[in-house]
Amino acid sequence: MTYDLASQPFGNTIGTDDIVDALEFLDDWEARYAYIIDLGKQVPAMPEALRTEARLVRGCQSQVWLETRHDPATGRLWLGIDSDALIVKGLAAIVLAAYNGKSPAEVLAFDIDALFARLDLMRHLSMTRGNGLRAMVQRIKDTARACA
Amino acid sequence: MSAPDIGALRAQFPLLARTLAGDKPLVYLDNAATTQKPLAVIEAVDDYYRQYNSNVHRGAHQLADHATQVMEAARTSVQRFINAREDAEVIFTRGTTESINLVACSWARTFLKAGDEIIVSALEHHANLVPWQMACQATGAKLRVIPMNDAGELDLDGYRALLGERTRLVACTHVSNALGTVNPVRDIIAAAKSAGALVLIDGAQAVSHLPVDVQALGCDFYVFSGHKLFAPTGTGVLWGRRELLDAMPPWHGGGEMIETVSYETSTYNKLPYKFEAGTPHIAGNIGLGAAIDWFTAQDRAALAAHEDALLAELTARATAIPGLKPVGTARHKVSVFSFLMDGAHPHDVGTLLDQQGVAVRTGHHCTMPLMQRLGVPGTVRASLSVYNTRDDIDRFIAALEKVRKFL
Repeated sequence: MTYDLASQPFGNTIGTDDIVDALEFLDDWEARYAYIIDLGKQVPAMPEALRTEARLVRGCQSQVWLETRHDPATGRLWLGIDSDALIVKGLAAIVLAAYNGKSPAEVLAFDIDALFARLDLMRHLSMTRGNGLRAMVQRIKDTARACA
Repeated sequence: MSAPDIGALRAQFPLLARTLAGDKPLVYLDNAATTQKPLAVIEAVDDYYRQYNSNVHRGAHQLADHATQVMEAARTSVQRFINAREDAEVIFTRGTTESINLVACSWARTFLKAGDEIIVSALEHHANLVPWQMACQATGAKLRVIPMNDAGELDLDGYRALLGERTRLVACTHVSNALGTVNPVRDIIAAAKSAGALVLIDGAQAVSHLPVDVQALGCDFYVFSGHKLFAPTGTGVLWGRRELLDAMPPWHGGGEMIETVSYETSTYNKLPYKFEAGTPHIAGNIGLGAAIDWFTAQDRAALAAHEDALLAELTARATAIPGLKPVGTARHKVSVFSFLMDGAHPHDVGTLLDQQGVAVRTGHHCTMPLMQRLGVPGTVRASLSVYNTRDDIDRFIAALEKVRKFL
C-alpha cells in the first residue's frame, strides 16, 4: 500500500478556510465534534509498517504518528499524520489543512495557535502531554526549520 | 447510622455549583485525581494569609507563634486520623510521590545491598514503582512483582512465594488508583512481617474512602497526599515508625532540619523536623489539618455506605450499556469504575463526556505496566467521592449513551 501524501484532501482540496467556515456555521457541540470526527475519517491511514517508534509522538492519553517528506524539487513539505484516537485524528486533519504541501517558510509563518483559538479548539492544542498534538506541531516546525 | 444529607454536604463545596461551557452543570467524577475542597479548607488557608502569615518554628513574635501552633495542630490531626503513636512520626511532604521518594532515597539507599529484594504489586502507580527501580539501580537490589488475576485482584499465593529471606521491603498500594481494587493489606503486611520484611503502604487512594489505623495494620510506613483528601495540592504525609525514622539519614539538607552547623559538620534536628528541610508549605499543611478535621467531623461510616451504594449503581447501569466493558472487577473495590467502550479510544470517550460536563480521567493512569498486563491501551475512569449523588450518575449514564451513538 502506498502512502500518498500529495493527493490526500487536506492541504489540497480542503484548506483551513473550508474548515473555519464549516465549524463557525455549526453551533452545537454535537455537530462540531461529528464534523471533526468526520474530518479524521478522511485522513488516509498510515500503513502499519510506517508506524514506527521514530514517527511516534507519545501522549499521555493518545498517540500520534507523523511522517514528513520534503520534496527538494518543488520545495514543498508533505505530511502524513495518524492517531489512535478519532478526535485527535480529526484535529490532525486541521493541522494538515494548514501545513500539508506548503513550503517550509509558509509552515513557519502560519499561526496555528490563532487558528485553533478561532475554532475554539485551543484546549486540545495546549494540552502539553495529553494528546501529543502540541509536540507534533513542534516536530513539524522543527522539520520545516531544518528544510528551510 | 442514618442516611447522610448529601445536599447539605455538597453545599460546602463551592466549585461543585459551577457550570461549564454551554451552561452545563458539572458532573465531577475525577476524584481519584484530586478532590474538590470544602469551605472549611478554603477559609483556613485564606485565614492564614489574612491573619497570621509568617514563618514557623523560629520567629520571636506572635504571628510566628500562631502559625507554628496551627501547623503543629494539623500534624496532631494527621496523627489522630491514622492513629499514629506520636505526632513526631508524621512528616509533612509535598505528596505521596515525595513521601515514597524520601523512603527510597533515605532508607533504601542506606540499608539495601546487592541481592536484597523489594516487592511491589502489579497494581502500583508509577510513584510506588519508579523510586524503587531507582533505588535498586543504586544499590544492586532486585525488584519483584506480586502477580494478579484478570479481575485486578492480587494473587496472595504468588505473593507468599516471592517472600523470602532476601525480601527487605514490600511496597504496596492500599487501593488501586486505576481499578479501585482494595488490597488485603492486613494479610500482605502480616506475611511480610513473618518474613522479616518492612512494609510501606501507599494510601493515596485509600484515606478518603477507608478508615486507616497504622498501628492496627502493623505496617512500617504509610503515605498519602492531601489533595485527594479535600486538602490543598502540594501537601502530603509520610508516617513511619520512630525507630526507623530515627535510624534513617536526612534526605534534604538545609534550614529547619539541623541542630548545630559548623563548616566541618552538622548535627540534625529531632523528628519530624529532621526530614522537613526549608520552610514548609505552611498554608497547605494548615489546610490539610482543616480538611482532616472537617472529614472526621462527618459520619464517615454513613458517607462510605453512600459511596459504596453509588459505585454499585454506577457499575450496574454502565455495565448494562451495550459494548461497554468494565476493566477491573475485583470483589472489594472503592470509588473507581474503569472501563472501555467497544471500538472507541478512551480519549475520544473522555473528550465527548467533557463536552457534556462530565469530568473523568482517561489514559494509562500512571500505571503503564498494569495496562500492559491487562492488554489495554488505557481506560476511561470515573471515580466517586462523598459528595457525588444519584443525579451525577443519571447524567453520567445519559452522557455515555450519547457517546455510544457518536463513536
